Amino acid sequence: MVFIEAVVTAVALLLQGSAELWNVIATTFEVAITSTVAGVVLGAPMGFLMGATRFRGRRLAVALINTAMAIPPVVIGLVVMMTLSRQGPLGFMGLLYSKDAMSIAQTLISTPIIAGLIAAAVASVPYKLRLQARSLGASRLQEALLALREARLGVIAAVAAGFGAVVRGVGAVMMVGGNIEGQTRVLTTAIVQESRKGEFGLALALGLILMTITFAMNGFLTWYQHSNERFDRS
Amino acid sequence: MMNDTQAGMALRCTGIRKSYDKRTVVDVAELDIPAGETLAVLGPSGSGKSTLLSILGLLEPPDAGEVYLDGNRVTHRDKTARMHMAAAFQSPYLFKGTVADNVAYGLKLRRMLSVDRRSAVADSLERVGLGGWENRSALTLSGGEAQRVALARALVLRPRVLLLDEPLSSLDPLIKGQLAQDFARIIREHSMTTLYVTHDQNEAMAIADRMVILRDGVPVASGTVDEVTGLPPDAWTANFLGAESPMQGSVVSSADGLIGIDTGGCVVYAGGSEEIGSRLIVGVRPEDVLLFEGDADIPITTARNRFLGTVVDVELWGVMYHMVIDICGSRLASRVSRASVRDMGLETGSKVRVVFKASAVRYKRI
Repeated sequence: MVFIEAVVTAVALLLQGSAELWNVIATTFEVAITSTVAGVVLGAPMGFLMGATRFRGRRLAVALINTAMAIPPVVIGLVVMMTLSRQGPLGFMGLLYSKDAMSIAQTLISTPIIAGLIAAAVASVPYKLRLQARSLGASRLQEALLALREARLGVIAAVAAGFGAVVRGVGAVMMVGGNIEGQTRVLTTAIVQESRKGEFGLALALGLILMTITFAMNGFLTWYQHSNERFDRS
Repeated sequence: MMNDTQAGMALRCTGIRKSYDKRTVVDVAELDIPAGETLAVLGPSGSGKSTLLSILGLLEPPDAGEVYLDGNRVTHRDKTARMHMAAAFQSPYLFKGTVADNVAYGLKLRRMLSVDRRSAVADSLERVGLGGWENRSALTLSGGEAQRVALARALVLRPRVLLLDEPLSSLDPLIKGQLAQDFARIIREHSMTTLYVTHDQNEAMAIADRMVILRDGVPVASGTVDEVTGLPPDAWTANFLGAESPMQGSVVSSADGLIGIDTGGCVVYAGGSEEIGSRLIVGVRPEDVLLFEGDADIPITTARNRFLGTVVDVELWGVMYHMVIDICGSRLASRVSRASVRDMGLETGSKVRVVFKASAVRYKRI
């Protein structure tokens, strides 16, 4: 059975502790975490503004974010690659085929997802609850942080979705990272590589490791999401 | 920790206007709440009273007009001024967390030390009758409990201006009555300047010193609770308050602190002294008007005003009947219990004796 063989191979790979495998896992984590954190830093304020405030052009901004959520990663990869290529406007920075380039592309993927989902979550927090906080002396920033805390279930779901999108992405990281062994190879690009070589068992084993990482991360987020459930609205 | 002895601050506004979608929701030329007084703002739904509270509480900016706190002009950007105020709304809007987390929220924003915070929270919960409730989940409380927490959360800040936006309207009558009394006691004890928005005149009468009635964002009546409810200035206000439009008449006698006012055939007696011939509007609260069967012997009473009238309207309002009586061409309202209506067989056209005291009659020169 090919699937059982894959599981055995995955366990063996991890137990062998091959430096290359651990390097791929570390790079996967580094790029995914960096771009998720960057996505939160950029996306949370955008999401709050779109979900909780009224400004001219808000509907257009929401439409653009919703569109950005659906842009194929490979298109984002192409745009980032062109921007960072030697002839591109940021070519002088020499970032192409680096982890930084991968993080930039992945951040462009995670940000609209996180922003869009946070906007929806924050929009469900009653305006009067924020007015209540304001009436007790909250500044606009404190009011925004309270709204994000109140919408915690949705905010964590947004972070999980952003992380999921970057950790499973292959097109963009392949284009801007180049799948260079020991440098920019991540689990998804390694799976593509091994499949191309006909090493399906190994590719599947890598897939299982990727799924385990994703499951662990989502398990943590879900635990955190529900850790204060007794304080949620019944 | 904030000083316990801080008195209320005078709150005043002039020329306040606010519109939403080109519809004017608030248009108040002037409103004044002297330091330490409680002003009730009454009005039906959509009359702009909550918007007015948000503007006076510096929670939202008006389109035009100024707000003054102790004579100094303040705006919604003035955080120091906002720190002197606290509000509780119709829905308690408790935050996720414990009761203590909620009550401590404003104190944390004011960077109070946690040891002081704990004792302030405990003290505030004690005041609203929830001593020892600190560690309960705030979002599993009943409506009345949650509203007490919301009040404790505002009171713990020792605000100099307290803003209450229909804080009791979502509660059942039993809890409502109890909380109204508690609110009135707490407000008096703290000598805070209080703006109390409500559509319930009974709440307003229990809590406020003065009241303003808003219609479509514009004040149509203002004065002491007694003045406004006893002598509504126009038919709309009277109808809103469940009374009848005031009668009009001329003073025909004035002696020994008692005046007689001819309202068109009937002479109504009121306490006071006015020049003979003065034109007055005259009103009596429905609660002060007693009805007896038309042919009944009226028991010995000090009530100076006794008339024969005809029931012209009977409506059931909650537990009481609202009756409108015609006396000498003028209309008076009365509240009568279901049992009395049944026993007396009251219906439209019934002849009744109408009795009320001279001291219950309010009047104003026109």
